[in-house]
Amino acid sequence: MSRLGLPTMTLPPQLRGRPAKAVGVAVLVLFLYALPLLDLPIVTTPDSDFGGVLYTMATYVLVALGLNIVIGYAGLLDLGYVGFYAIGAYVTAVLGVQHGHWPYLLTIPVAVAVTMLSGVILGAPTLRVRGDYLAIVTLGFGEIIRLSAKNSDWLGGARGIQNVPKPPSVHLFDVPHLKWENGTVLVDVTNKTQAFVFGFVDYVPYYWMALTVVFIVLIADMLIKSSRVGRAWEATREDEDVAEVMGVPTFRYKLLAFAMGAFVGGLSGSISAAGANFIYPDSYQITVSVIFVAAVVIGGQGNRWGVMLGAALVVYLPERFRGLEEYRILMFGIALMLLATFRPQGLLPPRVTRRAKALERDLEDLETGEEPQEVTS
Amino acid sequence: MHPLALNFDFLFSNFSQLTVTGLALGAVYAMVALGYTMVYGVLQLINFAHSEVFMYGTFATLWTVYFMGGTARTSGFALARMLTVAMVIAMIVSALVALLLERVAYRPLLKRNSPQLMALISAIGASFVLSETMGLRDNITRWLGLNDNFSRYVSGARDTRGLPMDIQTHQLFPIGNYHVTNIDLIVICCALLMMLLLDQFVRRSRLGRGIRAVAQDPESAALMGVNSTRVVQLTFLLGGLMAGAAATLYMLRIGATRFDAGFILGVKAFTAAVMGGIGNLRGALVGGLVLGVAENWGSALVGTQWKDVVAFVLLVVILLFRPTGILGESLGKARV
Amino acid sequence: MGQDVAAGPGETTGRPMLEVDHVTLRFGGVAALDDVSFEIREGEILGLIGPNGAGKTTCFNVMTGVYRPTRGEVRFRGRPLTRMKRFQITRLGIARTFQNIRLFKTMTALDNVKVGGDTNSSVGLLNALFRTPRQRREESETHQRAMELLEFVGIGRRAEELAANLSYGDQRRLEIARAMATNPKLLCLDEPAAGFNPAEKQRLMELIRKVRDQGFTVLLIEHDMRLVMGVTDRIVVLEFGRKIAEGPPAEIRDDPAVIAAYLGVDEDDAS
Repeated sequence: MSRLGLPTMTLPPQLRGRPAKAVGVAVLVLFLYALPLLDLPIVTTPDSDFGGVLYTMATYVLVALGLNIVIGYAGLLDLGYVGFYAIGAYVTAVLGVQHGHWPYLLTIPVAVAVTMLSGVILGAPTLRVRGDYLAIVTLGFGEIIRLSAKNSDWLGGARGIQNVPKPPSVHLFDVPHLKWENGTVLVDVTNKTQAFVFGFVDYVPYYWMALTVVFIVLIADMLIKSSRVGRAWEATREDEDVAEVMGVPTFRYKLLAFAMGAFVGGLSGSISAAGANFIYPDSYQITVSVIFVAAVVIGGQGNRWGVMLGAALVVYLPERFRGLEEYRILMFGIALMLLATFRPQGLLPPRVTRRAKALERDLEDLETGEEPQEVTS
Repeated sequence: MHPLALNFDFLFSNFSQLTVTGLALGAVYAMVALGYTMVYGVLQLINFAHSEVFMYGTFATLWTVYFMGGTARTSGFALARMLTVAMVIAMIVSALVALLLERVAYRPLLKRNSPQLMALISAIGASFVLSETMGLRDNITRWLGLNDNFSRYVSGARDTRGLPMDIQTHQLFPIGNYHVTNIDLIVICCALLMMLLLDQFVRRSRLGRGIRAVAQDPESAALMGVNSTRVVQLTFLLGGLMAGAAATLYMLRIGATRFDAGFILGVKAFTAAVMGGIGNLRGALVGGLVLGVAENWGSALVGTQWKDVVAFVLLVVILLFRPTGILGESLGKARV
Repeated sequence: MGQDVAAGPGETTGRPMLEVDHVTLRFGGVAALDDVSFEIREGEILGLIGPNGAGKTTCFNVMTGVYRPTRGEVRFRGRPLTRMKRFQITRLGIARTFQNIRLFKTMTALDNVKVGGDTNSSVGLLNALFRTPRQRREESETHQRAMELLEFVGIGRRAEELAANLSYGDQRRLEIARAMATNPKLLCLDEPAAGFNPAEKQRLMELIRKVRDQGFTVLLIEHDMRLVMGVTDRIVVLEFGRKIAEGPPAEIRDDPAVIAAYLGVDEDDAS
């Protein structure tokens, strides 16, 4: 008798059952929101504003989730993801200040829609071109976006767009930060974050906004991945020809992955524009796409927790060790080479939990004296 | 100027110049593209760091000229001799960098059968390491205490460094309303000659057969006694030699280089390789030349600021109508 | 020919399910298949045999829509399989396994089968995102059916194992389960017994009969004579791309042309 039974289908697989687990998750979530306020001694970046760093980290984690759908789930090598990121930011800027006065929040759906559309336009012809060719075409796409923005006065040219709109501020309450002095924790009432005021100095509210979006996208990711869509993506990535033979319309699903990736990419671009006072084309270079890909691959592509970790590290480590500013890229390069050589499966490879569970089950069998497994050679 | 207004006038009145200089530019692309296409054909890997192999070649050229005492007054026969020596040195240097790359960044991964994407990550990492090392050379020599001896070579580590002399261009013969210069001719002829040699080598020699065998079917090749490690090394070596030669020709034409000069040229060269049919040597040649000329025509039509866009748009268009590139290539099986 | 199709629940009408109609396939100058014609009837188990290089796999690929014939036509229930995309052919009702086992290695056995089962599901991304009742119902049905199939082929206990970690025999069974999950009318098995010992082959024969008894029509390519003779209702024999014999196992066994084609290959030879 199968021990699986019929699982409850409403919640994504990871959140079912076990109330203890739910409480643990809640605590973790609260901790993440409180993190910039806690001023933890080793973790906090000494040379840069921790709230700002966390904000950037959250934005990159969002990017990593989106790119993970494209590279990790569907197996499509996209080297031009910065293009979607840029489109999201630019739509927000254009609607908000350059050619309109839209409030920030209304620009988000348009930014996302435009980016998705561009993803479909890019994907429709090029996803028929297989494998590594996709890499160079997407790389080209990213460059085309950047250069078009740079050469177009309508989009602000090389200087970019200033005074990008911010989310609406509503001052509800103040939250003081903590301060650590000689091993004791004090509440520092002079250092307060105004919730929820989106100003020019304090990045904590932006971080909270980004973090919230991360959670929403994360849940959506879990829901989609555990459905037939996720299975179709995996099958396509594993063996496209066989997937077709098994009835999967692989082209449609590849395009869907691309569109979803574009959606999240545009969303994260828009989010990143909120806290940036100005955006300019040269901040969306190929190098940024490469860093995005590195974040996904470092963490263990296909594993959403791994890519989130990878993205967080990619932002955090250079900021934490800012003193070595000159050597940052060099060390990044060395780190990539070491990782590729000694840990090619990434930091958190997928399927670790599944195998461990299966092993546990087998051990249980042995312990409870159940019939030994059928011998099939 | 409105980007969508095509300036046909400018294109037609300068057609010869654009085309000839485009061919010269394309020849450089082609030589670098060969490195990408060969490695891809044998390993199915995008050698992201090949652009740095090229960049080191440009610096080798530069430093050889410094070393041989080149000044603004050097000209004529002395200059030609200097540049020839520089090309040989650049080829050797680039080849060595390429072999180092193979040994350190790729071989360990291939031996462990790592996923493809990880090889790309290693390549990206290697690319950063190589370019940053060049860009931090003043720090490095300072740390080693060698500062005074090499100051001329390492100063301005992140600036553009130029050849100390102006290379005199002599107008040779007219095509249309453009006088082909000696530089144009040297670049094009040199490039074609080297590519011809490479093509013959791969086609006729025993080692060349080994490369083609491994590109087609690594397992059978191994069964036939072909040492695939040696073949891979040879592939990198040949790519490096080509890139080094291209580097000197590039310096002849452009006259200056920088620690990150490899990057955009590498991207273009890879684009050219894909355009011509990845894994296909002659495709790299055709792709490079087409790209060089198209870029020039494109920048004439829509303005130089859109030059790079032209390259990518062209690539997409070609792949749409001919998914395996201009000269074609069946996926996974390279025709080297 | 004359032999009726073996009894099974439902249709035993002997109507043609798949018709191979004067199919010729040329690769360059070589005719891999040369004017081959035969049919597969509903409810039967048809064997396709021939010495190495006879064109069995090529024929198989033409019949499942992977290759398009240079001349001639393949019809499935009357419909020609011309310009259809592969996944559409599967949805028509033709499923297959692979000679060299092509499972989705990093997915569990259960998920592998579910991918096949998803062919019958019509919900998309938005439904999945919002977990609509229809999506939940279809997902639960897919799960249920997948588990049943795994039990049917005998690897129910291994449902949550990665396909790559299964034993060779279990992998072959999984391939069959996955193909069956697409709810085909015709199930094509490409050398399903390769690498099995006699006991496993016996079990496989029972499984194939069980499959047919469920109402599927089966096409079987195999090298092992004993297996083919023991489980099929009719056999088609190819040699050098041509059909040289067709009929029930008893006739084929004694057919001089077939024996000549296989000259030197012992009946007892387990391939």
